[in-house]
Amino acid sequence: MTVMSYAAAGRQALAEEMRRDPLVWAVGEDLGRGGVFGQYQGLQEEFGAERISDAPISESAIMGACVGAAMAGTRPVVEMRFADFALCAIDELVNQAAKARYMLGGQIRVPMVIREPMGMWRSSAAQHSQSLESWYTHIPGLAVAVPSTPADNLGLLKTAIRSDDPVVYLEHKNSWGLEGEVPDADVLIPFGSARLHREGSDLTLVSWSAQVHVAAAAAETLAASGTSVEVIDLRTLWPWDRDAVLASVDKTGRLLVTHESVAVGGFGAEVCATVAEHSHGVLKGPVRRLAAPRIPISYAPPLEDQVRVTAEMIVSTVTDMLRG
Amino acid sequence: MMHRIRAFEESAARAATDGLVLGAIHLSIGQEAIASGICRALRPSDYLLSTHRGHGHTLAKGADAVAMMKELLGRDGGICKGKGGSMHIADVGVGMLGANGVVAANINIAAGAAHAIRLRRSDGIACTIFGDGAINRGPFLEGANWAAVFGLPALFVCESNGFASTTRTTAMTAGPGAAERIRALGIPADEVDGNDVVAVDETARAAVAAVRSGGGPRFILCHTYRLHGHTSTDPARYRSEDEVREAWKNDPIARCATQLREAGVDEEMLLGHRDAAAAEMAEAYETARAAPWPDRALAYSDIQDIGDPRERAY
Ligand SMILES: Cc1ncc(C[n+]2csc(CCOP(=O)(O)OP(=O)(O)O)c2C)c(N)n1
Repeated sequence: MTVMSYAAAGRQALAEEMRRDPLVWAVGEDLGRGGVFGQYQGLQEEFGAERISDAPISESAIMGACVGAAMAGTRPVVEMRFADFALCAIDELVNQAAKARYMLGGQIRVPMVIREPMGMWRSSAAQHSQSLESWYTHIPGLAVAVPSTPADNLGLLKTAIRSDDPVVYLEHKNSWGLEGEVPDADVLIPFGSARLHREGSDLTLVSWSAQVHVAAAAAETLAASGTSVEVIDLRTLWPWDRDAVLASVDKTGRLLVTHESVAVGGFGAEVCATVAEHSHGVLKGPVRRLAAPRIPISYAPPLEDQVRVTAEMIVSTVTDMLRG
Repeated sequence: MMHRIRAFEESAARAATDGLVLGAIHLSIGQEAIASGICRALRPSDYLLSTHRGHGHTLAKGADAVAMMKELLGRDGGICKGKGGSMHIADVGVGMLGANGVVAANINIAAGAAHAIRLRRSDGIACTIFGDGAINRGPFLEGANWAAVFGLPALFVCESNGFASTTRTTAMTAGPGAAERIRALGIPADEVDGNDVVAVDETARAAVAAVRSGGGPRFILCHTYRLHGHTSTDPARYRSEDEVREAWKNDPIARCATQLREAGVDEEMLLGHRDAAAAEMAEAYETARAAPWPDRALAYSDIQDIGDPRERAY
């Protein structure tokens, strides 16, 4: 085991895959100088400007060219800089990358990874803070990864790069500096396998991405007062590990899902609906969600904070659910 | 080849009239010289990316007409297993990476295919053909800039048929047009009479040779005219009958026949080619309409390797 940051883990995953497979390359704005968050630092020195490639500010071309480059036999890693900017390339992702294999009757594959740093980070306001992961889960053909820890970022990014289909890979901007242990061996984390972040027996708390840490903090607080919460990190939203969630709810009889993104139409609704449909008999109370109100993300901290689901909010909701 | 494309389109139009083509089809009647001339300059291993009006390009790149017709009719054995239809017609085996239902989308994708050629150190090129309406979408600028910045082996071809759907392209296009826009990026641009197959052939051969030898991207603007409506069911009343009658005088197939006649090719041979193509495509249509529907289970394959595509609400 080695301790490294979430950003460094992503960098290591890419470097290892590029050493293993000469057809893997990455492209995006300012990658030559390490990327805007430093997650590509030093890679151009090792792999050259052709494989760690700068790009014009042409999101549609970055995404579209990588669709073509993937169809034509390479394995591009697309850097979108901010998840918000991927919206300038949504045709290329949703109409092209996700559907080419199907529309062409399986004649072609589109092995590409679309890295989209997402989430709230340093008062970045409404166009640099969004978490739109649930949109992508709605699109047949796309896989969706939402790593929360350095080890998961390493193992999931490696799996994503080896995938023969497009993967939307959403790293959380507020987690770049997060330190954690990562395995020294070449460990690939399969998609659709949740991680049990904390074992518990009274309630199942499901989350993903940076919100996992908020959920874990709440579970810690609740443990002090004798409430045992099981925290599940889904790690990928398509495919998602429904078996792990259903098994946990079988045990606890209660479900709360929390995510940073907007509650309405969020993936928490999918998780809750699935549990409501499957686990009605074991549920001791209604399933619940805690996620953002449907307002754009503000700049000023007191306004920005309005969209945050805090550990305190989780603690009080869990307390409420257990009382009821 | 021009006869084969014309005959394919006429068979497809008949199938549409018979109610056997399920979605929209866009015919390339009158534009056959471009498909023929451009694709003749390409190798099977070169990539071609096309548009919603892509039957001619696909045939000219070497795809099988029967499998294409089955695709148009949504039948078993269709070239895309009945999952794509006319607007996603493709034959990756002959380097034809797909038509596209989104105007201009293939410009970026072709630039990327050229990027892959560069990264893999192959000597292929990637060619994309698009309509004059596509030059007003972002990918025209973004994809061309991309190819120029990276010096990629890409050939961009604009089929300027005067119309974008039911609107004259000139009415919605500012400035002097596609060639000037491309030249502003430092990409060499040729303009050619797209109804003169010999001229298209010569221009394409020179451009492909330049691109293949590492000269970076090039552009060819082909002037032509869309003799039929936007789709097979569009009566195209937004233009006069006189205009269309005049345009038919410039039919690329008739013009080519005249050139061949002047060169001493006998009439029998010319008619023989035409009739053979008509017979081939009439048979393709008969074969396609006799084919069964695809197995329903096919709807669930070719999506992605992970996750269960049957997931749905209960
Ligand atoms: C992005 C997008 N916008 C609109 C359409 C609808 N549409 C289909 S074909 C077409 C006209 C395209 O004109 P042009 O590019 O000149 O090609 P042509 O049909 O003349 O071959 C339009 C507007 C579309 N398919 N994609």
